[in-house]
Amino acid sequence: MKKPFSLLRSVPILLFLLLADQASAQASTPGSSYVLYVLIGLGLILVAAVIMSVSENLLQIEAQKRGADTTKNNFSIVPNISELMGKGAPSYAEGASVHQFKKGHDIKLAGEVENTEAHALADVSSYAVRPENFRELSPIPRMLVTEGQEVKAGEPLFEDKKDPRVKYVASVSGEIAEIRRGEKRAITDVIILADKVQQRIKHDVTSLSTSSRQEIVDLFLISGAWSHLNQRPYDVVPDPDIVPNNIFISTFDTAPLALDYNSVVAGKGAELQAAVDVLSKLTDGQVHIGLSAASDAAPAAEFTGLTGVEKSWYNGPHPAGNVGVQIHHTAPISATSVVWTIGVQDLVTIGHFCISGEYIAERTVAIVGSEVSHPKYIKTYLGAKVSDLLKNNLKGDHNRVIAGNVLTGKKLNEDSYLNQGDEQITVIPEGDEYEMFGWLLPIKPRPSLSKTFPNFLFGDHRFEVNTNTHGEKRAFVVTGQYESVLPMDIHVQQLMKSIMTNDYERMEGLGIAELSEEDVAICEFVCTSKMPLQKILRVGLDMMRDQG
Amino acid sequence: MGLLDFFKKIEHGEKPKTMVGKVGHTLSDAVFTFLYSPNEVTAEGVHIRDGMDLKRTMFHVMIALQLCLLFGTYNIGHQHFTAMGQYVGFLEGFHLKLFHGFIKVLPIFLVVHAVGLGIEIWFAAKKGHSVEEGFLVSGPLIVLIMPPDIPLWMLAVSVAFAVIIGKEAFGGTGMNIWNVALLARVFVFFAYPTTISGDNVWVSGFETVAAGVSTDYGWMHGVFNVLFGWIGIDQFEAGGAIVDGFTGATPLALAYQGGWSAVTEVYSTSQMFWGTIPGSIGETCKPFIVIGAVFLMAVGIASWRIIAGCLIGAALMGMLLNLWGATPFMTVPWYYHAWMGSALFAFAFMATDPVTATATNSGKWIYGILIGVIGIIIRILNPAYPEGWMLAILFMNTFAALIDHYVLEANMKRRLKRA
Repeated sequence: MKKPFSLLRSVPILLFLLLADQASAQASTPGSSYVLYVLIGLGLILVAAVIMSVSENLLQIEAQKRGADTTKNNFSIVPNISELMGKGAPSYAEGASVHQFKKGHDIKLAGEVENTEAHALADVSSYAVRPENFRELSPIPRMLVTEGQEVKAGEPLFEDKKDPRVKYVASVSGEIAEIRRGEKRAITDVIILADKVQQRIKHDVTSLSTSSRQEIVDLFLISGAWSHLNQRPYDVVPDPDIVPNNIFISTFDTAPLALDYNSVVAGKGAELQAAVDVLSKLTDGQVHIGLSAASDAAPAAEFTGLTGVEKSWYNGPHPAGNVGVQIHHTAPISATSVVWTIGVQDLVTIGHFCISGEYIAERTVAIVGSEVSHPKYIKTYLGAKVSDLLKNNLKGDHNRVIAGNVLTGKKLNEDSYLNQGDEQITVIPEGDEYEMFGWLLPIKPRPSLSKTFPNFLFGDHRFEVNTNTHGEKRAFVVTGQYESVLPMDIHVQQLMKSIMTNDYERMEGLGIAELSEEDVAICEFVCTSKMPLQKILRVGLDMMRDQG
Repeated sequence: MGLLDFFKKIEHGEKPKTMVGKVGHTLSDAVFTFLYSPNEVTAEGVHIRDGMDLKRTMFHVMIALQLCLLFGTYNIGHQHFTAMGQYVGFLEGFHLKLFHGFIKVLPIFLVVHAVGLGIEIWFAAKKGHSVEEGFLVSGPLIVLIMPPDIPLWMLAVSVAFAVIIGKEAFGGTGMNIWNVALLARVFVFFAYPTTISGDNVWVSGFETVAAGVSTDYGWMHGVFNVLFGWIGIDQFEAGGAIVDGFTGATPLALAYQGGWSAVTEVYSTSQMFWGTIPGSIGETCKPFIVIGAVFLMAVGIASWRIIAGCLIGAALMGMLLNLWGATPFMTVPWYYHAWMGSALFAFAFMATDPVTATATNSGKWIYGILIGVIGIIIRILNPAYPEGWMLAILFMNTFAALIDHYVLEANMKRRLKRA
């Protein structure tokens, strides 16, 4: 193995010597003296490269012999680009290497929360559990309750017809006010009129620390904790029969106006630890925690103090906080692997359940956006009624109310309830107005990654955005745009084209399994051709899922 | 908002059924969306969109081309009078040179856009979608790469060929395989070679470029003469003739015959750099091309990878042929290749067309370098084609998808290996 290798290496040197000889013979003509210099330069670089690569290989071999982890620590004589370019790991990362991302973009919007302390429980009249939040579930699940019935928090409301083991439970106690149906009689909301004093079902969790994996899974399935887990690829409620390769939790959100988890988990350290302890029994691999190394202050001690988890640090613009990006850089999903992801607030719910046996789906929700009078954090339960949360807190009356952030959220109407994963309500003005020469000389500043806008002059300006498309839909023209905002080794545009042409092999090969809608949302935002990338990706994911 | 109401009335009127009505509707829609950003809002997916759209992208490319267009127009006049030995200084006879150029460029500009945009609008109406912006850039580009005296009917035929066969047949803007502007030029090049190659086509206003041939002025020159007469400045004089010893040959033709020394006998390097030499309308002035290219790279519209790749490829190939040095052209120092012909213009504005170039970043390097290499090979080694970039770029357009294919295969292999 080694001999042909060194022989191959020497070929370019011989070639160089030959060429240099040729060149010196012709050095009298004006052009070739440059050629000579260039060739000599190239030759020197080549020799240096050979020496360096040999010594680097020796270093790696030596490091491996001594049992050091060469993937995590850099034993090369050449420093990593991230080590050179980045500002270096902050002191609170305790020497761990930080994933530095250059790609991406933080969209700075007006309507931020200044005081991140959540107020006391909001006065919300009704809550809903929405079957459509769970992708694998059929549109008409098997109902276990009827209208008018009293339920306790944690009591099963409906179950999956395909897999009745998975129960979906009430987030609060109260009376089932309405089972609302939508198109084709699909059940859209199971609405609960909440009790003033919450009643909760209590499960026996005293032996949880000694339970087998199957016992924990069974307990999670009937108690509702299971529906807080998310299985990737495809973003579905996990299949109870599949053991995930790893479990990933991102402890920070970089999306526009996102909730700051550090304040949400204050005082919840015990719950988080209990949750990760139990979760680590459910996977063959490890529980991975993604921590932010972006700010000068360390993340909450509740996160950094967790034990029995694999921590990794990330610094960069959005989407650095997306769990998909973090998975890509720690233990990438392959076509056959399955991982779970869990939100921070879901983790608290699970942790609380593991300690007390009670299902408490408390949620801190950020009410943000330029059309909100007083942006704030509100404490409530899962599935709260949106109009109650926004009461007397809106400016204009021609708004778009979004459950979630402006990139991935769902449009809400008057009568809507929050979805399972929603931790934020963003309110921005609609943009259905004509603008003279708006494409060329916009009247109002708008966020853009294009340098044709003088946005770099505005510095830290927070933009007041509206929902105008700022242009019409076109075919793919510009290239390299998506890849410049996504810190993953994925050719997004080519992947989208392969989805449009139903090319399964290429979809899988180009890494569709690693992506979720939230990961391509920033690409969709920058798209010059105004392509609906999240929709296209979901079509592709559904196609892959149908194929099995 | 009278104008806005007027357009809204058209917009919300009845859907037209006849082809004439459809074309009219498409046309008014195109004008309307040019004047006003539409009131469309996001429906699904992201709720806010970047301010950048295709109109703005294309418009910035147009801005980048303006200096070349302006200089090209003036240079047509400058070459015309230089041939006659009049107003030899660059700024002498300024108005005559400018308006002679204008008289030549305006019909070309109008014909290109009337034919090109006409076909685009017709197809858009037929397909029932809005006019896409691609031709906003293709149009000026076609003007810039034509010789000043091109017969207008040939121009019309070539533009029609490029837009119909090269673009609409593939599905319109964003779907074409070959660069539309180059396709128009290559059509003229192969169908009517005498109008776009040789020593006689680059200086305008004469039947042919030979000593003693007198000017060939049209009615527009007469109109301007009346105007100049009123003001009391110099007028176009019909009696002028080409002086002895003038050659309309481009530096490339000279280099092919006698190497660099033959070129410098006629043109100084500074002349070639500043662009006061015969050639296609927009290709000559190197500083303005560089300004346009730097502007496009700075705002992130043109790919710096492609331009850098082209420069590297051309330089490497130029050096290699310098080493070989078998013909006079091969001995031309490699760094002077940028001074001659349309190399820089092609790198800056033709190779960087995002639709026909490779889409992947590593692919862009390969694509650029190969354009540089092949272009120099055609330029120096092929006696039939004096300039190589048009063919090199079209050739690499054809292979762009293949390059991307292998880049993607590599990505897929990497992913499989990791699993």
